[in-house]
Amino acid sequence: MTSSDGRGSHASATFRSILFDRDAGSIDALASVPEFFADLHLDQVVAALTAGREEYRLAPFFCWPLHSVEAVHYRHHVLSELESEPVLEAVRAFAEGMRRRRKHLDLMSKLHYVRQKRRWFLEACSVYCSTVTAFAYRLAELELRSRGFVGLRDYVTAYTVSDVFTSLLAQTRDVEEALAEITYAVQIRGNRVRVSRYEAEPDMSEEIERTFAKFKEGAVTDYRVRMTESAHMNHVEAQILDLVARLFPEPFSRLDEYCSRHGEYLDETIDRFDREVQFYLAYLEYIEPLKKNGLAFAYPRVSARSKDVRGTEAFDLALAAKLVADGSVVCNDFHLSDPERILVVSGPNNGGKTTFARMFGQLHYLASLGLPVPGTDARLFLPDRIFTHFEREEDIETLRGKFEDELFRIHEILEQATGGSVLIMNESFGSTTLRDALVVGTEVMRHVIDLDALCVFVTFVDELASLAESTVSMMSTVVPEDPAIRTYKVVRKPADGLAYAAAIAEKYGLTYGRLRDRIAT
Amino acid sequence: MKAFLMHRDRDVDLAGELPANSDALEQDLELAVLFAGMGAGDGFMSEVAKRALLLSLRDPEAIIYRQQILTDCLEQPAVVRELYGLAGEALNAQRSVWGGILRDSPRAILSTSVAKMELFVGFLRRLREMADEHASRFSSPGFTRFFAMLGEELDEEYFTLVEDHLKTLRFKGGMLMSARLAAGNKGKGYKLRWPREQGLLGRVFDRSGYSFTVPDRDMTAFKVLSELEDRGVNLVANALSQSVDHVHSFFTMLRGEIGFYVGCLNLRERLAAQGQPTVFPVPVGREELALSARGVYDVCLALTTGKDVVGNDVDADHKSLVMITGANQGGKSTFLRSVGLAQLMTQCGMFVGAESLRVNVCDGVFTHYKREEDETMESGKLDEELARMSEIANHIGAGCMLLCNESFAATNEREGSQIAREVVTALLDEGVKVLFVTHLFDLADGLYRRRLESALFLRAERGADGARPFKLSEAEPLRTSYGEDSYRKIFGAAARAT
Repeated sequence: MTSSDGRGSHASATFRSILFDRDAGSIDALASVPEFFADLHLDQVVAALTAGREEYRLAPFFCWPLHSVEAVHYRHHVLSELESEPVLEAVRAFAEGMRRRRKHLDLMSKLHYVRQKRRWFLEACSVYCSTVTAFAYRLAELELRSRGFVGLRDYVTAYTVSDVFTSLLAQTRDVEEALAEITYAVQIRGNRVRVSRYEAEPDMSEEIERTFAKFKEGAVTDYRVRMTESAHMNHVEAQILDLVARLFPEPFSRLDEYCSRHGEYLDETIDRFDREVQFYLAYLEYIEPLKKNGLAFAYPRVSARSKDVRGTEAFDLALAAKLVADGSVVCNDFHLSDPERILVVSGPNNGGKTTFARMFGQLHYLASLGLPVPGTDARLFLPDRIFTHFEREEDIETLRGKFEDELFRIHEILEQATGGSVLIMNESFGSTTLRDALVVGTEVMRHVIDLDALCVFVTFVDELASLAESTVSMMSTVVPEDPAIRTYKVVRKPADGLAYAAAIAEKYGLTYGRLRDRIAT
Repeated sequence: MKAFLMHRDRDVDLAGELPANSDALEQDLELAVLFAGMGAGDGFMSEVAKRALLLSLRDPEAIIYRQQILTDCLEQPAVVRELYGLAGEALNAQRSVWGGILRDSPRAILSTSVAKMELFVGFLRRLREMADEHASRFSSPGFTRFFAMLGEELDEEYFTLVEDHLKTLRFKGGMLMSARLAAGNKGKGYKLRWPREQGLLGRVFDRSGYSFTVPDRDMTAFKVLSELEDRGVNLVANALSQSVDHVHSFFTMLRGEIGFYVGCLNLRERLAAQGQPTVFPVPVGREELALSARGVYDVCLALTTGKDVVGNDVDADHKSLVMITGANQGGKSTFLRSVGLAQLMTQCGMFVGAESLRVNVCDGVFTHYKREEDETMESGKLDEELARMSEIANHIGAGCMLLCNESFAATNEREGSQIAREVVTALLDEGVKVLFVTHLFDLADGLYRRRLESALFLRAERGADGARPFKLSEAEPLRTSYGEDSYRKIFGAAARAT
């Protein structure tokens, strides 16, 4: 409901949030960093996304996946509209204004003299008024279709014509103009200072320039000394200001009156929008350089039921951010169609297997944030939860200790996972013998198969790739002519641990035939 | 206020970049000797001479403008030298004004500038007085305009105004400034104002308004007040300091422009003392190919040896190629350098070392010389030569002139000739004038057989006594038998290697 003066939301429209289709209340206290963030390098991504935006406290939003298709679509629509330059420009200008407003208030709280504090308060209000007015004006000119932006526009429009806002605006401008008109003269002679009205005495520097104009040359040195500008006032300046106020009592009494009348003028919904929209801006800004370098992002088709998933020319977002400058980002495709559920990835080391697994997890998580995902096209499942099991370098004790630790963690995961979960298992049991890895791996795989969950399973055990009709084998690949060179392409292909060995042996002349020949000669 | 003694309508360029070929020109034509001779111990003057010579004029009229001024100078050397001295004195005097410790204070900057300007005003007065005294004895358009300008711009009324202003800037009667309220109600845009009532010091403060007095012991407040004064003075200090710079640059320009002519005086006096002739050349436009001279000699050689240097005659009007062949010690290089020097001296408005010269202006003089120091170089000499020629090709164009001295002799004759032939032919077809000194018979002979209307072939022959070079004469290239010896001697290691 409209409150005439107090802080609150102007409620003639129903709009509440640009992030949530249904008002979820505040998630700040509820959201926590998911366990898999580090394994999927999403911690890096979120750190980069939130850097420089600390004032908006965005982390909770990035730690709060959505589970309904409608909620995801709400964001897709908002974001795709935000991708159009005029909308983005309008929002950026708005955000910039709000940021300036906060800076003024921050400064105000640090200052001492009342006449100074009040002027900064006026300035903050002034910035707020112009920012909101300009924003309303620009929103009205835009052709908007998303529920989020249409709601926002209606809200802002209603707000700007409300009595609360229009009277704030009028009074702000009034006081500003009165103060801006003041020009005064200061005379200093020894220890005497006199403040008086300025009587249009001629400008001395102009007079000097005129006198020597006949010698004027093109290029000039700037001899102006950069005077340190402090926002603070010393007691002499304050004394001068008091005399200026005595000389011009009217504008200053209006300022006083203004400050006592407008305490809490900030609209809550507008303030909330200012924070929430940064979630989108942060992501757009993050992916901008990647797009410029030819990497694609797609709004995924999402489903909470179908586990037919696919990604075309997808990539690891965290890695891409690092490699994009060299243009060396490798994209990969994947798809699973019924009854396929599990991608078993094998092949030469350092061939992009882990990156591939991470990418699969990232795509699903980003989709559940309602964001476009790396790739030209994607169809993804909205998981209830994501689980990751990555080898942990740090707790190497004994071989058995580590193996048991891994098993323990996998057990925990399988206890909690459901058919609606996504599992990323990376080189589990990499530290054990092939036989143990085969036996235990098969057991774990059976569990996953029974769960019917979506899973990427990176392993060096070929046999796991063909355990059931739900498993699909993929391999990291090398350049055929030079096996030392990885392509970082992971492709659908039957597992074949010998292919790479044969290739590398050929290169070094150690294949059966070559080695015999060499030994023979 | 511009002296405009080097160009009719602009200042001399004292600091801009020199043409790309400047270093090569300086080295190949031994210009340093010429600059030193003009400077006569004055480094600034040598530098001015260097810039004038390398930044060639391309318009015969502009050349004549300087020739006329130089003619005045030759007739009134004392006045011209005094002008040069005055400008130097003015620049020196203001340099001695101490800037003070507080260089970052506008008030300190202002008081330094006031002091400098007061000095300059004194020198401007002297300049004015010189104009009054000597103007009538100068007749060139350049000097006539210059002296007239001094009389008009620097009249007594102007000096009174300036002195009055400088006095006010001492602020004996306090400071008046205006300000506005900016962010946070802080005063901003402080501007120093010219008090309306002058004369009675007290009157400045006899105004309406409110005042307060800072307690004597409040040191902080005094600091704040002086800071406020600094803010007020800032723009004025800037304006006056820039004005000082402008006057400074007026004197700098004057010194630079007059300096060139004093350099010419120096050179002329030395050559005259050695009995070497000098003459104002006749410059013609680039649309006509002209090069005809009587007794053109190498000015630098004359300066270096201090001896009588013999000149050559050349009649190469309508010629775009001059091939010079013949004996070693036959004066080929000297001739080539004398033509290059004459060309550059013509195009800076000087006299030249000759009895007469008529020459077309060109858009740029380039040199491609065999370099003596190349013998110590590790990398291939031919590579280096080709690289230099390629660099020349980046800059040369129609209407330019190229002087080649033993180019492409770093490899065998056949190869060198082949390269050179293609280079020369291309240059000629592109409208470049080429003067080429060469031992490459294959090259010279091949070009000779083409019977080009626009080509002139000169040959040097050693004098019978071996001491003095004969003059060059028009003749076809001669296959010489002593070539091999010279070849070895001149090309050094490269010859032995081939």
